[in-house]
Amino acid sequence: MSIILDKVSHVYSPGNAYETTALSNVSLKIEDNEFLGIIGHTGSGKSTLIQHMNGLLKPSSGTIYYNGKDTSKKDFPRKELRSKVGMVFQYPEHQLFEPTVFEDVCFGPKNLGLSKEEVDDRVYEALKLVEFPEELISASPFDLSGGQKRRAAIAGVLAMKPDILILDEPTAGLDPKGRDEILGMIDKMHKKTKNTVVLVSHSMEDIARFVDRIIVMNHGKIEYDDTPKGVFNNYKELEQMGLRAPEITYLMNDMLRYGFDVSSDVTTIEEAKKEILKLYGIN
Amino acid sequence: MGIIKAKDVSYQYIRRDEEDNIEDVNVALDKINIEVEKGQFICILGHNGSGKSTFAKHINALLTPSEGTLWVDGLDTSEEDKVMSIRQKAGMVFQNPDNQIIASIVEEDVGFGPENMGVPTDEIWERVIRSLKAVDMWEYRDHSPNKLSGGQKQRVAIAGVMAMEPECIVADEPTAMLDPLGRQEVIEALHQLNREKHVTVILITHYMEEVVDADKVYVMHNGKVSLQGTPREIFSQVERLKELSLDVPQVTLLAHELKQAGLDIQDGILTRQELIDSLPR
Repeated sequence: MSIILDKVSHVYSPGNAYETTALSNVSLKIEDNEFLGIIGHTGSGKSTLIQHMNGLLKPSSGTIYYNGKDTSKKDFPRKELRSKVGMVFQYPEHQLFEPTVFEDVCFGPKNLGLSKEEVDDRVYEALKLVEFPEELISASPFDLSGGQKRRAAIAGVLAMKPDILILDEPTAGLDPKGRDEILGMIDKMHKKTKNTVVLVSHSMEDIARFVDRIIVMNHGKIEYDDTPKGVFNNYKELEQMGLRAPEITYLMNDMLRYGFDVSSDVTTIEEAKKEILKLYGIN
Repeated sequence: MGIIKAKDVSYQYIRRDEEDNIEDVNVALDKINIEVEKGQFICILGHNGSGKSTFAKHINALLTPSEGTLWVDGLDTSEEDKVMSIRQKAGMVFQNPDNQIIASIVEEDVGFGPENMGVPTDEIWERVIRSLKAVDMWEYRDHSPNKLSGGQKQRVAIAGVMAMEPECIVADEPTAMLDPLGRQEVIEALHQLNREKHVTVILITHYMEEVVDADKVYVMHNGKVSLQGTPREIFSQVERLKELSLDVPQVTLLAHELKQAGLDIQDGILTRQELIDSLPR
């Protein structure tokens, strides 16, 4: 279920005074079963990029292939693309609207024209995947906590059974426990269902912890496309782009300067712990 | 008395049905006692729904206590005729910068507050200049706010509050929607106002790193203040904070785990430098 972007550019309001190039010549292949992270400052083109992935935006130039098929062709099943590439927007709980959680999650699969049984099955499965508390399934979405609302909203997208799940800052505004729970849930689901996940985040720590590969967007272009270690090694360049490396990477670089014999490309607490304990002969 | 003093403040959200019968009572604040001294930089932490924002809304009288009393610079917020002066003393900055900017030019947006207060025109301009310089946005004075980055918009929002010359700024998760640079800019702007203009700052946040330089931290849990102290005192309690759905800064957590693995490191490490200095040589 791969997506290929081939030299994709996107220009907003072409031809008038507000003309802005949001994407310029972006080429990218998203592989099967990948957990991909996208980072970039506000206005770097992240959102424009992901909206191309499920056909919400069309490229001004360049081509997007989904499973080898050109998505700009007239006979391309655009509706199918939207159900196969699920998008969880920022603050998705603002889009909850049905009187109960169950009905809200039903909305997507129902519109796919599935039978009542199939819809129910999918809804329960999706709610289970996001570890939604069973006793709250008939509650009003508006009586839930922030973290629960967000789970319900993500379940609504999962019930469409997308092959690719795109999440735009799924943890914004949540407390640390809520953040850990949502990301832990997404990671677990990714390992279990082997779906492809694209995570857009402003938290370098979260990105470092979960993804296999990072795309760094800057002024509408892909600046880096590498493993977390490879990307965060360039922390000085990242700072120029309004980003940074995880705090732990800075710590390891400081330690090196103070003469500790540690590796500089460490990005998570887990790795740093091992690296430092090794200095003292503790395993 | 401090600039802000809450004595046994409780607040209940009451939901009523169509016939005005009480359907549900939700205790958002439960006997809160907080006293903030003039010029302090205070942080409030707490899980989603812990009552942080409800408390913040009490400080500028958007909400008034169901029980207990809250004073801002000696004024009781439940006295209706004091509300306007209270709002001039305590300004609010909210999470989403797009919801707080109203004008189409940066300097007009900043001038909106003082203009409404009836400040003479010459002085409005002086205040706009001072405020925009204070948050380092002077060079953007004639820009359109919708062309700015999130961090820049949020600094314009802070300048707009500054122009009303408040004694105190309450910032309710001002960095939740920002990228790393934007976050850093906003936190630095707040610290600078606190240091240089002696504005009292009350920062509500979910980012533990933003709390490290505060004078005092309050941790809220289910409508109560469950911990209070300096950042070091608070972040020494790693396990307790996890129980409260919170976390500690990354460096603090690493130091804590190293200690548990047997290294001789003190509790409550807050910065990279402190960790490096405390590692056995």
